[in-house]
Amino acid sequence: MIGKALSRRHLLGLTAGAGVAAALSACGSSGPGAGATATYWSLSGPPGEAARQAAIDRFNAANPDTKIAPQFFQNDPFKQKIKAAIGAGDAPTMIWGWGGGTLKAYAEAGQVDDLTDWFAQNPAVKNKLFPTSFGAATVDGKIWAMPHETVQPILLYWNKKVFEQVKAEPPQSWGDIMDLVPKFNAAGIAPFALGGQSRWTSMMWLELLLDRTAGSEVFDRVFAGEANAWSDPAVLDMLGKIQQLVAENGFIDGFSSITADSNADQALLYTGKAAMMVHGSWSYGIQESQGGDFVKNDGLGYMSFPPVDGGKGDPSNQVGNPGHYLSISSKATPEAKEVAKKFFSTVLLDDAEQNEWIKSGNVPIIQGSDKLYDTSPKGQFLKFCYDTSVNAKIFAQSWDQALSPTAATTLLENIAKLFQNQVSPQQWVDNMNAVIGK
Amino acid sequence: MTTLAPPAARITETTAPSGGRGGALIWLTLPALLIFTAFAIVPLFGVLALSFTTWNGLGTIHPSGLDSWNTVLTEPGLLHALGITFLIMGLSWLVQTPASVLLGVFLAAHFRYRGFLAVLYFIPLLLSSAAIAITYKSLLDPNFGIGSGTGLGFLSQDWLGDSTLAVGMLVFIVSWQYIPFHTLIYQGAVRSIPKTMYEAALIDGAGRVRQFFSITLPQLKYTIITSSTLMVVGSLTLFDLIYVLTAGGPGDATRVLALDMYETGFGKSLMGPASAIAVILVLVGLLLSQLLRRLGGRGDESQQEGV
Repeated sequence: MIGKALSRRHLLGLTAGAGVAAALSACGSSGPGAGATATYWSLSGPPGEAARQAAIDRFNAANPDTKIAPQFFQNDPFKQKIKAAIGAGDAPTMIWGWGGGTLKAYAEAGQVDDLTDWFAQNPAVKNKLFPTSFGAATVDGKIWAMPHETVQPILLYWNKKVFEQVKAEPPQSWGDIMDLVPKFNAAGIAPFALGGQSRWTSMMWLELLLDRTAGSEVFDRVFAGEANAWSDPAVLDMLGKIQQLVAENGFIDGFSSITADSNADQALLYTGKAAMMVHGSWSYGIQESQGGDFVKNDGLGYMSFPPVDGGKGDPSNQVGNPGHYLSISSKATPEAKEVAKKFFSTVLLDDAEQNEWIKSGNVPIIQGSDKLYDTSPKGQFLKFCYDTSVNAKIFAQSWDQALSPTAATTLLENIAKLFQNQVSPQQWVDNMNAVIGK
Repeated sequence: MTTLAPPAARITETTAPSGGRGGALIWLTLPALLIFTAFAIVPLFGVLALSFTTWNGLGTIHPSGLDSWNTVLTEPGLLHALGITFLIMGLSWLVQTPASVLLGVFLAAHFRYRGFLAVLYFIPLLLSSAAIAITYKSLLDPNFGIGSGTGLGFLSQDWLGDSTLAVGMLVFIVSWQYIPFHTLIYQGAVRSIPKTMYEAALIDGAGRVRQFFSITLPQLKYTIITSSTLMVVGSLTLFDLIYVLTAGGPGDATRVLALDMYETGFGKSLMGPASAIAVILVLVGLLLSQLLRRLGGRGDESQQEGV
């Protein structure tokens, strides 16, 4: 009995450490590769994983004497794992990310290589990419990552079938949104799907609404580290609007326990349990691959987030991911770094790469990729995203990516509490002011 | 540990001969001691040292005195997390202990059908916490979960999205997972109660209920303390289940201390304050297990007076 009790106690201890252990366990086997093997960590799941794997397969086939060894993780675990691996000095050769505040932390800690000179020597690479994509890769005037993959504006999606059912029109303003809420609730359909447990999903509402209310300047001041920058009346106004939407049952019942990783929020839209959803442009691919005939039968509508009546923000402004980013670990071997750079300048830019992303319903950040779109519904969606991204007066990076990890996590915690009515707008502002510049 | 479980200790006393083998026994503890030092004692001091520094997990570590402690102790989140931790600890103790004692007594009797049931009861013990959490998360999904699957409306609650319900569900799932283990402890303990005591009680005319309260329960005193210590320490470090199931939500309704530590360290990249929280966690754990030991008395009194 003692033996059992003791071992159980240790087991309990072990389980408690499991999260941390899991975060670290992946490092040992896949640290910087020896010789000409470059390691690569990225996100799993459709549609990105297939495209990433295809690029690596093409590279490995074309370069038989070198090798890229990929590993894929779910979104939220990835963010933790990569941080733990980098902190332990055991990062993969290529560090996939969203740029912004996290990349800044890597750069300041000397964990990633400065690629400014490499881009200067390879203007053909730089000129092929969207100029707007470099902002989130730049820290102190230096480029620390290769922008790649796709540009992802956040859009408002709607289910055409349920709109027809309640005879409603897509919202053209914030006022329309608030009018649609009781209409759908009365029909027993949730107005908006939301995967609230993931928190960044709720954040998309705040950043779009603040931009439409006050323009991009308010968050720019926060980003610049100006003291009390959140204390703008527009922020309080925006937070009040959000809480009003929550109070009027704008979001699906139980949204706070729904995660985006499981795509349960997407399922709510294509099953018609919810009428609308604010989500990134990658949602299209998910709806198409998981929603059965939903997209094929023209069930999915999409548009830019509508303006707010009397708001100062330019309705053409977009928020989202201006690109994805690959950095090179400063701890990698010179051979592995060369493999990575060759990967950057060849496979990541070719037509096969663009077609791979286009096939999955995403817009590559490569100039002129719109020539590769066809006239299918998906081609039209891509054209829409390409145009909104290129024509956006400002394409802002999502807040949690732009801010430092400390500020971003505090932001997400407070957003979760805001949606739960656990903080008032004023408390929210105070809590967020406390981490400006941290 | 030995003082917590006297029946077994008594056996060791009577069977272990004094003399030459005592020396060998000390050597036998050496591997465990080495591993314990390397993986428990050393990291513990590492964490203590880190709690007096500022480190974002990436760059260099800067000593910063009491800064981290100041941050943690003035943060209202700490008290909240402590409160939630104790709430879940208390509730799961209240649910698990009576259920485990009763099940343990039930399974201690030698009947074939009870042996069969015992095998069924132990199934949750074989599953990993992460698997349990993922399964329950799907079952409890407010829109695609058990409610819509079975068509029973009352099962379509916002199980993990309502602050009160979420705490309740956590307690339920933790209990579901660990009751089999504690049942196993009680089953063994009940079986080690001498039959003569029950026979004597029977002669004195005590019924089943009287026997349970006057013989079984008092005889289980030390087992209850052992099992409670495991529950208390276990709930303190409960992390994986909550992390997967609610991630501390809704809002911060299930944000226990272990989760608070993880978010502070790996979310906010504030390793100093996270280490301070870890130290608090260790201290609370030590304090509670000492307290429970004290509750058990000095441990040298006989459990079977008059036998």
